[in-house]
Amino acid sequence: MPVLATIVSRLIKAILTLLAIAVLNFFLLHAAPGDPALVLAGEAGAADEEMIAQLRERFGLDQPLYVQLGKYVWGILQFDLGYSFRQGAPVSQLIIERLPATVLLTLTAFVISLVLGIAFGVAASARVGKPSDSLLTTLALLFYATPLYWAALMAVLVFSVWLGWLPGFGYETVGAGYTGWTRAVDIARHLVLPALTLGLFFMAVYMRMTRASMLEVSQLDFVKTARAKGLSGPAIRRRHILRNAILPVVTLAGLQAGQLVGGAVLTETVFAWPGIGRLMFESLAARDYNTILGVFIVSAAMVILFNVITDIVYRIVDPRIGAKA
Amino acid sequence: MKHLKATTFLIAAALAAPLAAQQEGGRLDVVVQPEPPGLMLGLVQNGPTQLVAGDIYEGLLRYNTDLEPQPGLAESWEISDDGLTYTFKLHEGVTWHDGEAFTADDVVFSADVFLRETHARLRASLAYVASIEAVDDTTVVFTLSEPFGPFINAFEVGTMPIVPQHIYEGTDYATNEMNATPIGTGPFKFEAWEKGSYIHLVKNEDYYVDGLPYLDEVYYRVIPDAAARAVAFETGEVDVLPGGSVENWDVPRLTAMDNVCSTGSGWEFFAPHAWMWLNNREGPTSDERFRQAVMYAMDREFMKEVVWNGFGNVATGPISSKTNFYSNDVTIYDHDPAKAEALLEEMGYDGEPVRILPLPYGETWQRWAEAVRQNLSEVGINAEIESTDVAGWNEKTSQWDYDMAFTYLYQYGDPALGVSRNYTMDRIEKGSPWNNVEGYENPSLDEKWATAATQVRAEDRQAIYDEIQTEIVDDVPVAWLLELEFPTIYNCDVKNLVTTAIGVNDGLRDAWIEE
Repeated sequence: MPVLATIVSRLIKAILTLLAIAVLNFFLLHAAPGDPALVLAGEAGAADEEMIAQLRERFGLDQPLYVQLGKYVWGILQFDLGYSFRQGAPVSQLIIERLPATVLLTLTAFVISLVLGIAFGVAASARVGKPSDSLLTTLALLFYATPLYWAALMAVLVFSVWLGWLPGFGYETVGAGYTGWTRAVDIARHLVLPALTLGLFFMAVYMRMTRASMLEVSQLDFVKTARAKGLSGPAIRRRHILRNAILPVVTLAGLQAGQLVGGAVLTETVFAWPGIGRLMFESLAARDYNTILGVFIVSAAMVILFNVITDIVYRIVDPRIGAKA
Repeated sequence: MKHLKATTFLIAAALAAPLAAQQEGGRLDVVVQPEPPGLMLGLVQNGPTQLVAGDIYEGLLRYNTDLEPQPGLAESWEISDDGLTYTFKLHEGVTWHDGEAFTADDVVFSADVFLRETHARLRASLAYVASIEAVDDTTVVFTLSEPFGPFINAFEVGTMPIVPQHIYEGTDYATNEMNATPIGTGPFKFEAWEKGSYIHLVKNEDYYVDGLPYLDEVYYRVIPDAAARAVAFETGEVDVLPGGSVENWDVPRLTAMDNVCSTGSGWEFFAPHAWMWLNNREGPTSDERFRQAVMYAMDREFMKEVVWNGFGNVATGPISSKTNFYSNDVTIYDHDPAKAEALLEEMGYDGEPVRILPLPYGETWQRWAEAVRQNLSEVGINAEIESTDVAGWNEKTSQWDYDMAFTYLYQYGDPALGVSRNYTMDRIEKGSPWNNVEGYENPSLDEKWATAATQVRAEDRQAIYDEIQTEIVDDVPVAWLLELEFPTIYNCDVKNLVTTAIGVNDGLRDAWIEE
């Protein structure tokens, strides 16, 4: 059972990696200036030393660093991400509250970028050198080079402020009390702009990569053989070229999928999307140690998980990989 | 006896009633930025928490824009002639949002037990309080150990929020589960908090003032990006942008739109006062002549006009002109580069670089630091900007690791509450950015600050504060910049939004929407 053995060994490595990440992040965060007590007290506008000391004691920050680390790692081993003193709730609860919104956004963007990117890439490679190819390539380059932040604001300006077609921010219409299908449609309308904005960049990457890879593979000998056999153009592209050209795209998709949890900070901020990226960013500014560490660990777990999935997908797409192992 | 009768206010209220009848109902959408860490006002007192929780909780008194006390939970009050006894008569028939009766015992519990433990700013005022007693269900007496002039300003909702005894007595306040669903006596009740999106409050049908509030519900909307907040207002998604929720350069564009109103009022109690701490301990900033040169080098009119889009006033000294006991009988520092150069020449400034630490509160503050640096370099001061985030700023200022650091502080209506804390020697203590961070030492002024706080008669206090202001402005312990103004921008259909000295924080009680 080579596949099973691989997965088991990968899992053990994954757990060790996760622990290493937790410890490393712990020290990185504590190396940053300031602490949650000072930030929280500072926001009240008139703290005294007594109050700051009280807060530190409540947060457990008065203990030596190695004790804090030991407690934290011990918690992680028991699947306990700790407590956010700032928000007065367990970290796991904070993350779970935000998870659906983030996954909905990033997964939609992922699917959009992957499907459209590959489709456009294949289309462009089939018309290489023609005006439609140039148009697609230029557009891809434009999307690739546009800063996400700017694209997001422009999308809001055009589609929300000027045209009024789509809501510019938020997850759903606040206080409308929609249920069932009406609610789903409402959320979908709110999803369009952020998902497109987030998806554009990767769509451009996938398209350029698919196109280049398709062109490269189409020069190889087995394609000539297929042509000599008298197969049709579309059949060759689909079954012979694409299947071989898709591997680098899978690698990249695996990387993007790893960012499904924490990779949308900017998009979530501009579109007021109540997701995990924002939770992480705001917690970082507030030095809410447990929450940031929690988000980091969940994100890291996702990256590792998708690396394993990518490996498995490789084997399906290209059976030679499994045979060699 | 200073006696303020409730009837006086009924008459005043009748006279102030607008010609058009208020309309009931409607929903108001208000931006809250950033998302508050919690809504239990007794535990958390940052700006966003006060904005939202000021509708849920109440104080004994409210204050009009001239900082005169008005009835809140207390319908009348009197102060004894010796300034030692404060007697409050509470409203009858007030209930908490969960239906329990509100009594004088809640007030005693809040002020004497709960807030003494949790509220750093109130603790300073409570140091003058010898006892707090409930005489009967609707009468509370505060007895002071010595007169404390500003005490009458300590009953605002953010300073002394009244919290429910039946929920908190004997519990660990910080971890009480009810903190997530706050229970107050205010005009609006907590309904829901969708983290990252909005906080929903609904009308308190049992509110003790007949006919109030007018609004059915309020949504506080969390929109993290400043440009998106401006768009939300443009598209009509939100009705109110509380002060400071959009960048200054967006303000003229938004207020130029149809049916958009704005007001700088509603900040009188806070009177946010901006300055740069100049490190009095070391480096060029420890020389008084250098500090005076900084004052003359800066074109603060220009900063106000360009960086703040014309909002605010140039500060003349430590006390804001909006705060009680202000005096303008002080040295005025106009923009005078020649004078600045002469002072630098006299002290023999050798071009030693100084670091400027901006406040990490957005673009406006970054640009302000750049304007200061430009002005300083014009007179030959070698200044560099050193930026950091909020936590880093707190760390650097509280550990005195800076040369010049931007800050602004609220004054809470009285120099003894919000001003002296930055200038007296007993407030020099590492580890907090809310005290005498610059390290100014002037023992004779320390005595005056202390005496001024404990005078009974306002005239006596004014005389001492006049002396203090004249003297301290010549010493330039810090470089005073501007009395900040954060305009509230709102849809003109919303009426009576800002009626008190804390503005939107407790204004929704009286607000209504014209159809």
